[in-house]
Formats: sequence, C-alpha cells, structure tokens
Amino acid sequence: MTRTVVTGIGALAANGLGTQEYWAATREGRHGLGELTRFDVRTYPATLAGEIRGFDAADHLPDRLLPQTDVSTRYALVAAGWALEDAKVDPASLVDYDMGVVTANALGGFEFTHREFHKLWTEGPQTVSVYESFAWFYAVNAGQISIRHGMRGPSSALVTEQAGGLDAVGHARRTVRRGTPLVVAGGVDSALDPWGWASQIAGGRLSTGTDPDRAYLPFDRDAGGYVPGEGGALLVLEDAEAALRRGAPDILGEIAGYASGFDPAPGSGRPPALRRTIEAALADAGVTAGQVDVVFADAVGLPELDRAEAAALREVFGTGAVPVTAPKAASGRTYAGGGALDVATALLSIRDGVIPPTAGTHEVPAEYGIDLVRDRARDADVRTALVVARGLWGFNSAVVVRAWDADTANDLS
Amino acid sequence: MSRRVVITGIGVRAPGGRGTKEFWDLLTAGRTATRRISFFDPSPYRSQIAGEADFDPVWEGLSQREIRRMDRATQFAVVCAQEAVQDSGLDFAGIDPARIGVTLGSAVAAATSLEREYLVLSDSGRNWLVDSEEWLSPHMFDYLAPSVMPAEVAWKVGAEGPVSLVSNGCTSGLDAVGHALQLIQEGSADVIVAGATDTPITPIVVACFDAIKATTARNDEPETASRPFDRSRTGFVLAEGAAVFVLETLESARRRGAPIYAEVTGYGTRCNAYHMTGLKPDGREMAEAIRVAMNQARIDPTAVDYINAHGSGTKQNDRHETAAVKRALGDHAYRTPVSSIKSMVGHSLGAIGSVEIAACALAIKNGVVPPTANLHEADPECDLDYVPLTARERDVRTVLTVGSGFGGFQTAMVLQRPTGERE
Amino acid sequence: MNITVDEIRRIIIASAGAPEAGVVEADFADTSFDDLGYESLALMETASAIEREFGVSVPDDLLFEARTPRDLAELVRSAKEAAAA
Repeated sequence: MTRTVVTGIGALAANGLGTQEYWAATREGRHGLGELTRFDVRTYPATLAGEIRGFDAADHLPDRLLPQTDVSTRYALVAAGWALEDAKVDPASLVDYDMGVVTANALGGFEFTHREFHKLWTEGPQTVSVYESFAWFYAVNAGQISIRHGMRGPSSALVTEQAGGLDAVGHARRTVRRGTPLVVAGGVDSALDPWGWASQIAGGRLSTGTDPDRAYLPFDRDAGGYVPGEGGALLVLEDAEAALRRGAPDILGEIAGYASGFDPAPGSGRPPALRRTIEAALADAGVTAGQVDVVFADAVGLPELDRAEAAALREVFGTGAVPVTAPKAASGRTYAGGGALDVATALLSIRDGVIPPTAGTHEVPAEYGIDLVRDRARDADVRTALVVARGLWGFNSAVVVRAWDADTANDLS
Repeated sequence: MSRRVVITGIGVRAPGGRGTKEFWDLLTAGRTATRRISFFDPSPYRSQIAGEADFDPVWEGLSQREIRRMDRATQFAVVCAQEAVQDSGLDFAGIDPARIGVTLGSAVAAATSLEREYLVLSDSGRNWLVDSEEWLSPHMFDYLAPSVMPAEVAWKVGAEGPVSLVSNGCTSGLDAVGHALQLIQEGSADVIVAGATDTPITPIVVACFDAIKATTARNDEPETASRPFDRSRTGFVLAEGAAVFVLETLESARRRGAPIYAEVTGYGTRCNAYHMTGLKPDGREMAEAIRVAMNQARIDPTAVDYINAHGSGTKQNDRHETAAVKRALGDHAYRTPVSSIKSMVGHSLGAIGSVEIAACALAIKNGVVPPTANLHEADPECDLDYVPLTARERDVRTVLTVGSGFGGFQTAMVLQRPTGERE
Repeated sequence: MNITVDEIRRIIIASAGAPEAGVVEADFADTSFDDLGYESLALMETASAIEREFGVSVPDDLLFEARTPRDLAELVRSAKEAAAA
C-alpha cells in the first residue's frame, strides 16, 4: 500500500502567523485570545476571539487576488504557499495532473458574502460583485489554490463542521493512494464579521467569559464553552516514494491512519461514535493503543462534551495511560482549521520531541481520568500521535500521525 | 482492490413534477419546466427566470419542527433520501449503522435561509446587524455551517458511518456520488446514501449570476430560455432540485435480488487551474477527466451509448464541452447522442450532477435517451448529435455524464448496466 | 463629464487590485490588460463600477475587445455619446 507522508506545513492562527511563530507560541502555551477588534463586539454576549493580528494580505499575495477573496481564502492561499515552500515543491516542475488540492471549511467566505448581501439590499442587485459567485462558496479555497499553483489533479472541498480539517487530510491520503502523488490538504476558516459572529453565538457553544486567560478551558472543571478563532493549516501530502524520488528535504511524518464516524440520531440511546472512530483509525494505522504517545484532543471546552471525549479516551487507552493535550486552547477553535492545525502540531511534536500544553486549564476533574498536559510543555519521545476532531451534529474523525524513519523507507511496497 | 458499486434506489425532486416518474415523464416528453420567478419579485434582476420546483414540505410528510429547522435544500435532500431508501427495498434496520454513510453535495447550501435570516437581522438591510439576540434564529448557525445538511439525512436514514458534505460548486452532485463510490470501493462503508441538493432561487444567488452574466436574460420567453448548444443561447437558467441514491455493492444487491438501476464503473475529476469562472476552449482537463473515468470503467470510447452533457447553455460552456468530448472520444463523439436535461429542468448548481445521474440511470433502465429541448439550430461550433427536441429509444448500456463548475472543477462519471442484467 | 484614463485607472484598481508589478504608472494607459494582469472578471467588475459612477453601460462584447485602459476610456466615451444621441 502506498504510504502517505507530510513534507510541508503552512500554519496560521491567532497565536502565530506562520509555522515557526505558531509553534513557538504553542510550545509555551502562549494564547492569542482577546476581545474581538473587527467591530464593536461589546453588545454581544460573547466577546472573545482568537483573531489573527498583523496579517496584511498585500504582503503575501498579488494585489489582483485581493478584491476577489474573502479573508479565509487569503489565509488558505498564504498557508498553501508556505506549505509548498516548506516542502521545497516547485509545482511548475511537476506534472499538473499529479497534484491535487483537498480543502475543508465549515463557514465559507462569510465576511465577503455579508458585505455583498448588504450591498444587494441597500444599493441594489447591480452592485453585487462579480466575485461573489465564487468568493462565498465552499470550494473557493481548493479552486484558488489549484489556480495559483497550476495543480490540475483531483481536488475537492469537504464540509463537516469542525471535523473537516481531519476529513480533508483523510481524503487527501485517499487521493494519494488512488494515484495522485502530491495533494495540498487542510482547512481554514474565519467568520468574524458581525453576522458571522452572531451566527456562531447561535450555535450555543461559545464561551461568554471575558478574561482571555480563563475563557476557553478544555477539560477544566470550570470549562464554559470555547473561544472561536480563525486560521488553520495547509499541508503538503505526498506519496512517500514520490517524495523521496524528488528529494523532499524533510519528511515530517506519515499519515498512518484515518477514520470517520457519525453519532446516532439524538434520542436513539445508541452509543456515540467517537470511541469506535478512534479504534478504527488505530486499526487503520496498524497500531495498538499502547503505541500511541500523545492524543491531540478535540477539546470543545463544554463539560458534557469534554466528559464524553475523556470517556472515549479512557475506554480506548485506559485511565491516565496516555498524555492528552489541546493546543487549540491557545489558538481558539478554528472550525475546519482546527483538525489541520492539530495534525501540523502533532508533526512538530514528533520532530522536536515535545508535547505542547493545554493553555489555561488548571484543574481536570478526577473522574475524567486523563493525563492532560498542562502549564508547560512536556518532553517526550513522540513516535505516534492521535488527533481527534468532532463537528457539531455528530461528526467524529481521527487521524494517526506517525514518525517517519529513514529506515522504514526500505519497507516501501 | 475495488468492490463494485451499484445504484439500487433513487429519489428525485426537480422542477416540473414530484418524484422520479414525473421527472422522467417530463424529460422523455421534452417538456420544459422553467418559468418566470414566482418566489419573489424578480423585476429588479437581469435574469428573471428559474426552474422552480413545486415542493410542499407538508405534503412530503415533514413535521412542522423539521420544516422550521431545515433549510429548503435540506428538506429536498431528506425527502429524496427517504424516497431512495424506500425505492431500494433495502432493510436499513438490518445493517450495522456504522457501515452506512451519507455523502451529500451542495454548492450554495442554505442560501435561502441565510438570506431570510439576513433580512431579519439587518432589518432588511437597514443595519449591518440588529444588536439584539431576540432577532437571532436558534438555527442561524445551521445555515452558516451547512454540514447540518448531511447530518439531517444521516439521522433520517440511521447512518453512523462516514458522513460529509462535498461542496465542489457545480460538480458537487457528481463528486458526492464519486466520493461515495470511493468509500464503498475501499471498504469504509457498505451502503451510502449519496446525492446532492441546491435551492438557490433567492435574490443573492440570482444577483451573483446576474453580475457575471452567466444566466440568461431571455425574460420574455421563460419556457424556452434554456437553450444548450443552440446558436441563440445566452446563458443558463437557474434552478432548484435534488436527487439522492442508495449505493451498495453489486454483491449485496444481487444477494438480496434487488433491481439495479446502474453500476457506477468510472469516476474521474480534474481541475483546470485556469480561472475561477472561465474555461479554456480546448477542453483539455474535462477530456482528461473523461479518459480517467473510461479507464476506470475499462471501456473504449466506442462503448459509450449516451453522453449526458453538462450543457449549461452558456456560450463558453457548450463549446468547451463539445471540444472536451471530441478530444476524449475521438470520432466516436460524432456517433454518440449527447443531450442536456438542463434545457428542461434548468441548472440547479451543485444538485444538477445528481439529478443528471438519475436521468442517466433511468435512461439505462428504460432504454430511452432524453432530448435537448429548445434546440432548433445548433451553434456551428457545437457539431455533435445533441438529440434535439425529441427523446430517442436506444439500448443504453453505458452512459458518460460530465460536469463543469466554478473553481475549475471538471468531473466525469461512467454508469453502466451491470453485466448480466437484462441481457 | 468625460471619463479620463486616470479615472479608469482608479476604478480598475479599486475593482480588481493594483496591476502586475513592474508596470510604470506612465505606461499604464497603453499597457495591455493581459500584461497588467487583468482578466475578464476584472473588466466586468470595472465596467459595473463605471456604470454606477458614470451612468454608462458598456456592452460585454465591446468590453472584451478593449485591449488597454486607453481603449476602455475611448469605449466609455463613445458609449456615452451613443446614449446621448
């Protein structure tokens, strides 16, 4: 079976623009949450967000792309560019059909579309931008990335709320296995305009806390919802053989396992899907629970959901048997960006032998039975990491990321 | 590696009729279902025509709570899913739910509800937003994050396996079924309820396509406004619709003796990496997608009995597509009937790929090729056999269906009568 | 009021972003849209802004025949005259 590896990362989040900044902040548990500055948020019940600051799209993208792109698409384009640079891929030197793009987003180009709705209803239909027809829709990031880099292989856009980032990685691996040697994959999201913000509040899971240090506390006894963020990550996934053949400078790790499952209809009384999804991903990777060195948790930060996730982890791994962490406490939950960012973080953990902490969380209820990495990073020889993501309404996905040994390159078959 | 995948159930809601039979009757009669927009006053808009479906959620059996909660596109999807499940005769209760998946396609998802809620929240545009939670629908997040659409379908049919929304613009309806095909082939699920839905007839979407002049402004002739391949065509007619299928393995369908509409034997997708809305005239990437799909199906171009075209009726699409078909099929392109059902039911964006798969499956089952309505004089650059005006009886064993969408997506799928069926 | 090439420049940049790097401002009016990096959507967005600001509608087929900003200014002028006639 083809083995799929990651050779490049482009990450951006509230606590770091670019992989280096993001990873430095994440290792230290430095968060990027604060009062939302895009508009006057004080009249809303939730006011804190993980907002990317200091990002001027004109520094990174051709000016002509700006009028036609939502902020989320700009992030996607920039992250994809960084990932390709990181992987030292020159798309022009590869066969166009041998490169695909698989992206996830949950929210579309919402700020852009809000502006166009406003123009339509205040100034009339003739003022709606020619760009609205694609700046809004969920496939825009895949399309724009493919155009910018001349990638003509199989491409797709998946929407599975906050599980999307992992589903994109899983589908990208499928695409590699089906014969496309290189796929740019991941997710980003942003909806921090007033309408997007109100809509997120309607989702009912946002933290109404006002202290950025205490507002999003996954697995904490005081957990009271999450702080939404923006950003995410794009990764370069490659067929391991193709990566070695082209002399990829760094193989960051292997996407060894993936599975997804959906919770039963509310009220059915059947068990949730998370446990079996995790078990399926481990089985897919051919690893036992005991071989997993760290779990990057979904970590919604609501007691009921944290308890359910802790239960699933306990059932699979045993009580306190594996370190668990949730770096998204520091970046905010970035919807489809979250899973992709966590895969990137897991790869960096493997590279540097360190598990980043869950910023802010102090006291985990004993009944959870998980060893949550808190306060500071923990040194660990991380060989295999499990990344978990859940989306509202019942989406569950899990990815197993494994260290890449130059030795195992011989096992390629 | 591959398990063989077949369609054993179909549910359709399209303009011009409720359900699969009325849909097929409309197509084979060559009747059109496009009309002046009645959902709102279209007079301020450049294009004032649409393929509207006469869809009544109460008549369809949805509860008041479901109707309040679900966007119109979700309602279409759920109704079609139930119908497909029933049509398949498959006992879903007897299958491990973890082995049942849902892949739903949609391009603009909950656009109708988004616009409705926007008008409430902004006081009809007078404010950016009304600063009061009282105005906020508890379902607003569902419209922002449309993954609720496949979730609703999953709850309805009892699916607990892989569930996702595939949103690739106007190829979503093909790609959702293609995605399901891959999941069953690789063994990630045994049964998938797959299809697509879009209900875009709402001012913001009409205005979007007005802006790029992709829709036709032939407002004085709504019934004959959708004219794929005709030299007088001036753009597509926006429409709504949905089609959902039950996909399972050939083996399981045969084991339970289920009637099979078609086997999905090939799926290929490529991007043009050229332009978000523009198409290169040479059709290179669509031709490649077609070749990939034919290779997977292990067929030569000569095996293709019918091509269901994207045929949107824009100037550039129909030429692009004609070039692509010729590039992929060579001389056989000239000997193969090609038709666009968008001439009759309009272009329901992400849904139409699935609606067209339904038409292909029915063409195989019934041995009839649907026509291209409103085609009186073909564009000289579109020189294939587009089956003008009248349906044609033909033994259809192998169908190629193609789609093309914003973002540069080009998708092709091959559907076949399974070997050993009806022979 | 007749439209100037400077106004065309202002509207294009507002509608479709600054041109491809390396184009000298003085040469803008006579550089082809291709070289400036503007494609069909950029021209349509520009035409729509011109229509709103100057009340002149440029038909698509003519719009896509304009090769340079100066051509476009000329086109707007003649469309306006035609409308007035």
